[in-house]
Amino acid sequence: MNKPLRRISLFCGLLVLALLIRTNWLQYVQAEELSTRKENRRVQIAQYGTERGNIIVQGGQPVTGSAVTAGSDYKFKRTYVDGPLWAPVTGYASQAFGSTQLESLEDGILTGNDDRLFFDRTIGMFTGEKKRGGNVITTLNPAAQKAAFDQLGTKKGAVAAIDPRTGAILALVSTPSYDPSTFAGNSKADEKAWVELKDSEDKKLVNRALRETYPPGSTFKVVTAAAALENGVVSDINAPTDTPEPYILPGTKTPMVNHAAGCEKASLNDALKVSCNSVFANLGDKVGRDKMVETAQKFGFNNDKIDTPVRAFASVYDKTMGRDGNAQSSIGQFNTAATPLQMAMVTAAIANDGKLMKPYMVDQLTAPGLDTIEKHEPSEMSKPLSAANAQKVQQMMVNVVEKGTGTKAQISGVKVGGKTGTAQHGEKNAKRPYAWFISYAELPDGSSPVAVAVVIEDSAADREDISGGGLAAPVAKAVMEAVLKNKG
Amino acid sequence: MSVVTNTTTIGAIEAPSRRNTELLLLAFAVVIPIFAYANVGLSIHGELPPGTLLYGLGFAVLAGIGHLVVRRYAKYADPLLLPIATLLNGLGVVLIWRLDQSERLQNLAKRSFGTFSESAPRQMMYTGLALALFAVVLLVLKDHRVLQRFTYISMAGALVLLILPVIPGLGADVFGAKIWISVGGFSIQPGEFAKIVIAIFFAGYLMVKRDALALASRRFMGLYLPRGRDLGPILMIWAMSLLVLVFENDLGTSLLFFGMFVIMLYVATERTSWIVIGLLMSVGGATVVGATASHVKARVTAWLDPFACYSTSGACEQVGQSIMSFGSGGVLGTGWGQGNSDLIGFAANSDFIFSTVGEELGLTGVMAFLLLYGLIIERGVRTALAARDPFGKLFAIGLSGAFALQIFVVAGGVMGLIPLTGMTMPFLASGGSSVLANWVLIAILIRISDTARRPAPAPAPSPDSEMTQVVRPS
Repeated sequence: MNKPLRRISLFCGLLVLALLIRTNWLQYVQAEELSTRKENRRVQIAQYGTERGNIIVQGGQPVTGSAVTAGSDYKFKRTYVDGPLWAPVTGYASQAFGSTQLESLEDGILTGNDDRLFFDRTIGMFTGEKKRGGNVITTLNPAAQKAAFDQLGTKKGAVAAIDPRTGAILALVSTPSYDPSTFAGNSKADEKAWVELKDSEDKKLVNRALRETYPPGSTFKVVTAAAALENGVVSDINAPTDTPEPYILPGTKTPMVNHAAGCEKASLNDALKVSCNSVFANLGDKVGRDKMVETAQKFGFNNDKIDTPVRAFASVYDKTMGRDGNAQSSIGQFNTAATPLQMAMVTAAIANDGKLMKPYMVDQLTAPGLDTIEKHEPSEMSKPLSAANAQKVQQMMVNVVEKGTGTKAQISGVKVGGKTGTAQHGEKNAKRPYAWFISYAELPDGSSPVAVAVVIEDSAADREDISGGGLAAPVAKAVMEAVLKNKG
Repeated sequence: MSVVTNTTTIGAIEAPSRRNTELLLLAFAVVIPIFAYANVGLSIHGELPPGTLLYGLGFAVLAGIGHLVVRRYAKYADPLLLPIATLLNGLGVVLIWRLDQSERLQNLAKRSFGTFSESAPRQMMYTGLALALFAVVLLVLKDHRVLQRFTYISMAGALVLLILPVIPGLGADVFGAKIWISVGGFSIQPGEFAKIVIAIFFAGYLMVKRDALALASRRFMGLYLPRGRDLGPILMIWAMSLLVLVFENDLGTSLLFFGMFVIMLYVATERTSWIVIGLLMSVGGATVVGATASHVKARVTAWLDPFACYSTSGACEQVGQSIMSFGSGGVLGTGWGQGNSDLIGFAANSDFIFSTVGEELGLTGVMAFLLLYGLIIERGVRTALAARDPFGKLFAIGLSGAFALQIFVVAGGVMGLIPLTGMTMPFLASGGSSVLANWVLIAILIRISDTARRPAPAPAPSPDSEMTQVVRPS
């Protein structure tokens, strides 16, 4: 009977071999795919299984926290300090509804799973310390953020503020906002809060400062002014231009409407002060579409890879439109669209003597013990205009605040430059226009610590009242003051 | 003598008893689970688990008793069987204890039954009982050939054991499969014991009938076709396993019995035709039952695509969870107590206990476990080869073949290699019947191997040799 016995033993061996091959297939070949399947709850369990690191703002104050949730698969729940205030910066991390923005982009650091934390984890394994997440230290200035948020109040709008010297983002506000704490867990209440938010008419979940583009209106005129100076169309800002009144858009019979008087042959300086449409449409036409596109792109338009690290939507300056379109675009209408961050970048480049620094909001990533893992080094993104021309634009913008449409942004004892904007939009411009204001403040040494862009899409105010100077300038002023105060 | 030629694999004459080897291996088999226990406690609670020393000592005493019994009553037995079984059993208890600590399973039990009770203490108790039973078998069963006398009684006994779960009032339907009976608060899985009892019947029956089954046949297309009346037994076993499948929803047991019978039949008759016939019959039976029984159909569907019905009906959730468990373990595993194999739910500590091994010990651990099982099977087959009597050969190969099939069917099921059958991993899974039955199985294999390796009695002194001696003591 031994011959069949040997065959049976071979058969048994094959059974075991089949199992060995199968386990290698599952645990080696397919392991990666299986462990990251969407059905595999281990991913979220791991994400919320350890105390999540914090997102920290200037002054070392965390705006996030972690709370233990009992009786749930997910041990820790995200909590937020002043959730609505910081939501545009942090995004949210919800056990049930995923995560966005910094919470999502820096998830590896925050959960402690990042490869760069491998060493910390290994040491923790030996010292018996519980695994913790690292921290994300942002550049945001709590005073500026709070000032912007309070000033916007119940209005719909957004604020972006940048330190022009480094590109560090100081404030990023979007209203109406939401509190990410309300749906951080996975209970019924969390689900209710989430559904309400998701369907809210106010689009509360949208980060208007980075992810919404608006026609920039007259604030775009500073770009046109820069293009005119850079391309030699204007060299003396106080020399009269050859703008007729009324100015007819090239190739059409449509006159460009001015809301201000005295725009005929107005100098660049005067035209910016009272915001003459005709002068800038004329200059934009003279610079030409391609040169206008070139300058706009140097400021950051048409760039869909502006990562702060949260990616901002691309602002648009149309590359293919005709002459009349280009003339209208030169005053920030037609197809031109910009995010608040983009307009803050424009202001920052001008305030920084023509040098545009790459905007960023994560200054450092640290290990749980606060050892720095990565530090952001400010870098120049481009140079849209020469220092001399930048100073000319600055001079004009200071003029706007001192004597023009932007007087509400004046701060006593500080040199402030700005530009108002009121952007028409909707079918036949029927909708309420957006109020814009961009501005920067200058220190006695000539450098600027802050550049701000404010947009308010306010439907509550009377149409006549909506103007950048009236609505948006006080917000910008409050933000600048907050930053200046911090500087001592 | 024919002793030498009969035991080509294991030299019978002057075979060392290997009891000290066994003792050394047993020491490892006791120490490793104790470390595992400490490891789980440290990783889950951050401190040594309660009574590490006491439990370790108790476990060592149990294993020591097993060893002493073998040393005394089965001196020449295979030295590997007892240590491997002890190691697997010990690690099994640790795995169960680890799953006891899972908050998720505790909450699940409280939601469904209102209470939660730990399984590990019970498993420990059963292990003690099982080792006692192990000792009793070795003490009482001095020679395995005695069992031949019970051939037909065994058949009756096996039938009764198989039918018990279907009897109303006695059987308990747990999650679809009627394989339990509950007596006075204890649930017993008669199928586990039937496995051994029926092996006795097959061995006894085939030993007597092997010549008739092997020789009285006609040759047709290269195959020896058995006579109609010789086909009777296999048809009966086939029908019986189908009945088990249909009435008890027990795919595993039915497959096990039929497979064991075909293996033993093949060994007894040395006729390949039996294998062919057996395979054809099981394919036929599987097709018919697979197409009609919804229970089996659902498992086949879940096997074909473990994630297809995941979000809709959840019928394949267990298999899907188990496969993800293995995948998440990766090569080295998450470490004892640090995985989430408890996501599988209720069956995590019984049918699916191997998934915890997969997740927490990784590919490395799974391979180690499979090789341990492989070693038990190998020692069993070796015992069959070494056994001198046909009954012992058949009995040993029947038991080890069944063991191999069970490992394949369970591990293959939870790893998604074959459809899930709902059997338990020997020694690992929580459940008294399984532990008791498998320890009896090991005891029987030890007994057979002892008989096989026992040296032949020294030949009587021959007067001739006496004469040739030159030096005499004075």
